[in-house]
Amino acid sequence: MTREALTTASATELSSALKTAEISAVELTKACIDAISAHNGSINAVVTLCEESALAEAKAADLQLRDGTAGPLTGIPLLHKDIFCTQNVATTCASKMLANFIPPYDATVVSRLRAAGTVMLGKTNMDEFAMGSSTETSVFGVTRNPWDLNCVPGGSSGGAAAAVAAGFAPLSTGTDTGGSIRQPASLCGVTGLKPTYGRVSRLGIIAFASSLDQAGPMTRTVEDAALMLQAMSGVDAGDSTSADLDVPDFTAGLNQPIAGLKIGIPKEYFNHNLDQRVAEKIHEALDELVKEGAELIDIDLPHTEQGIATYYIIAPAEASTNLSRYDGVRFGHRCDNPQNLTDLYERSRSEGFGEEVQRRILVGTYALSAGFYDAYFKKAQQVRRLISEDFQKAFERCDVIAGPAAPGTAFPLGAKSDDPLAMYLEDIYTLSVNLAGLPGLSIPAGLIDGMPVGLQLIGRSFDETTLLRVGHRFQLCTNHHRAKPTLAGAKP
Amino acid sequence: MPTIPADVLSVAQLARLRIDEAALDDVTDRFGRTLDLVAQLEQIDTEGVIPMSNPHDMQQRLRADEVTESNQREALQKTAPAVADGFFLVPKVLD
Repeated sequence: MTREALTTASATELSSALKTAEISAVELTKACIDAISAHNGSINAVVTLCEESALAEAKAADLQLRDGTAGPLTGIPLLHKDIFCTQNVATTCASKMLANFIPPYDATVVSRLRAAGTVMLGKTNMDEFAMGSSTETSVFGVTRNPWDLNCVPGGSSGGAAAAVAAGFAPLSTGTDTGGSIRQPASLCGVTGLKPTYGRVSRLGIIAFASSLDQAGPMTRTVEDAALMLQAMSGVDAGDSTSADLDVPDFTAGLNQPIAGLKIGIPKEYFNHNLDQRVAEKIHEALDELVKEGAELIDIDLPHTEQGIATYYIIAPAEASTNLSRYDGVRFGHRCDNPQNLTDLYERSRSEGFGEEVQRRILVGTYALSAGFYDAYFKKAQQVRRLISEDFQKAFERCDVIAGPAAPGTAFPLGAKSDDPLAMYLEDIYTLSVNLAGLPGLSIPAGLIDGMPVGLQLIGRSFDETTLLRVGHRFQLCTNHHRAKPTLAGAKP
Repeated sequence: MPTIPADVLSVAQLARLRIDEAALDDVTDRFGRTLDLVAQLEQIDTEGVIPMSNPHDMQQRLRADEVTESNQREALQKTAPAVADGFFLVPKVLD
């Protein structure tokens, strides 16, 4: 394996090289740390680097690899989004509110991936409290897209997506409340999977919207996403919304053919909101799946457009209650010299939260307040059911739904930061999937003017297996996922 | 009905947020535009539709009523802004 391959190969390929002792986990970890040192200054994807502990973990992994107790992820470096609680390692949610927060425990996702033998390199940048689609609202500053440093990486898991694309780590974790894994995966040309709501425990993930949040893998291949999902999934006594269902073997069926599979194409995903060049790329990708024997059928998702309004009531409402815990008393930012309790609450929160977070708290508080609850929150929950029923009806006729993951390619830094409503449109194809609790996968489908496009596949509840099978088939017959940015102009 | 600064200030009070005087017009404008966006739901007929709060309509499991946590006061208070004798410190509530 070449030195370059250490930062470009898939986790599956790296795992084989580790098992045959062609490379060591320490060597691999050092290569990732070197890549971060060389380019993170420009990209700003990594906000905390755990060099010392990573090398210690890599040494332990090498022992396991030698004594034959290694699993498929042993010795593979990974980065966690800075929304996952990591014991004794700062976890900020990219907010001034949590700038000094060092969690006393690991999120379940973190402890499960640790138990699987992965090496934690550090934490990645994100939009503050995961509220954004561009990673521009972080207290650490913007993350830049490795394909074009003048463009955003998407968000909110923008640091995670940029890191995998830039060669910093083969695996990273993300969270997705309305598209925060799939949209940055699309904009950075990586594979990103939002599992079914309940598939992965939310314990220790700093809460945004509890009925929508879900953690998932961001990787270089679908095969890697299957491996990583395997390690992350399963019921957890610490999260009463985690699904008490058997976890299938996600890698077992990957190589099965897709002949005869019915893929639904929603016409609402190809209207005026979509960049026509993206539409062409998506159609080319669908042609590949047809060549493999899949059948395309037209379907309707009539409430797609209203998904945005529904989401922008439900998510802020849930956020406003979740974020009420930040009161300057038990943890998080506290203002100087509070005059009384109200002053402590108000100043701590106004100083600690950024503009977008405060806007969503205001909207959510309004939607839940006396006199407006029925007109806003209850109404949105009713439309949420209609959206869910649209998907159920569609899945009576197809096995998977396919379309774009985002309406365009990566946009220039600052282009949408002054217009929240334009930013909200970024998630038009992803957020209804969260409202319905379904799994969604974004995979690279080619480049437009050198910038990546993502194909989104949406599956039935708890049927990640079919999504992964279709995605893997696509990556077997195309090379889009192997395209890498040149990192021209990226500095240490 | 257009949103006015007084509306924003009353919601901000409920949310325990303090809006800077200089930013109030901007905040009001963007808050108002978000409400305009979500107002489009009024046009959808939802007569008789049961609100959905969990995407699988799942009931949350309850665990057995048993003590499972040990006392970790010291570890948990390490992240607190101000503590003394095992208590969280806040400004005086009563004179």
